[in-house]
Amino acid sequence: MEILVLSNSLHTYLVIGALLFGIGFYGLVQRQTFIGMLISAELILSGASLNFMAFNRFLAPDPTVGQVFTLFIMAIAAAECAIALSIIIAVYRNYKSIDTEDVVDLQG
Amino acid sequence: MVSLFSVEGLSGLLFFCFIGLTLAGAVIATSARSLIRSVAGLALCFLGVAGLYYYLNSPFVALMQILIYVGAVCVTIIFAVMLAGSSELKQLTQRNGLVGPLAILASGILVFALAGLALKTEWLAAPCLVNRGTVEDLGQSLLTTYSMSFELISVVLLVAVIGSLVLARQGRDK
Repeated sequence: MEILVLSNSLHTYLVIGALLFGIGFYGLVQRQTFIGMLISAELILSGASLNFMAFNRFLAPDPTVGQVFTLFIMAIAAAECAIALSIIIAVYRNYKSIDTEDVVDLQG
Repeated sequence: MVSLFSVEGLSGLLFFCFIGLTLAGAVIATSARSLIRSVAGLALCFLGVAGLYYYLNSPFVALMQILIYVGAVCVTIIFAVMLAGSSELKQLTQRNGLVGPLAILASGILVFALAGLALKTEWLAAPCLVNRGTVEDLGQSLLTTYSMSFELISVVLLVAVIGSLVLARQGRDK
C-alpha cells in the first residue's frame, strides 16, 4: 500500500497546488459575475500558499519562513476580499448588476 | 508496506479525504450555478486545504486558515451575495459558446505544465534545519526577523478596512 504514505512526498502537494491553480484559472475565465471571479481568485491564492507550505515543509532550512509567508498571504487575501467586495457593492448600486458584461462604459 | 489499519494507513486515508474535499470544493466553487453554492464550495475547499496544512507540520497555519478563510472571508462573500447578487441562473447576457471549452483547454495546459515541472525537477532537501518550525519558533521569527513586515501588514489591513468602508458608503444617500 505505497499509496497510503503519499502525504509524505513533496510532489503530492505540488500537484494539488497546480490543480487548485488550474481550477481557479478556469473559474476566473469562465465566470460571469464579479463575485464568482473573486471566489476563483481566492482559489488561486490558496494554491499558491499550498505550494509555499509544501516547499517550507520539505526543502526550506528554516521551517518558519513558509508559514510566515502563508500568514501574510492570508492577510493580503482578506484585505483584497474586503476591498473587492466593497467595489462590487458600489458597482451594484450604480448599475444594479454584478454581471461583468454590463459594466462596459469605458469600452470604445 | 503499510497496512490500512495501522496508524499510518488511517492517516493516509484521512489525507485522501482532505485531498478529495479540496478538489471537490474547488470544482463546486467554480462550476455551481448559484453563487451561494459556490461560496459553500469555497468553504469546503478551504477546510480541505487546512487539513493538508496539518499534514505539513503546521497546525497553527491550519487553524488560522479555518479562522480567516472559512470564518471571515467566506462569511463576508456571503454577505455581499445577499446584498448585491442574484445568482447566475438567469444568465443576463449570452456570450460566445467557445469560452467554456477554451477555458478548460487553457487551464488544463497550465495544470499539465506545472505538474510536469513539479514532478520532473530534482528537488534538493535542505542540509540542516535551524529550528523545528513549531508555534514557538513561528512566533519568535514573526516578532524578530519579520517584525517590520508584520507591522506593515497591519497598516495594510487598516487601510483596507477604512478604504472598503469609504467605498461602500459612497452613493448611499441616493
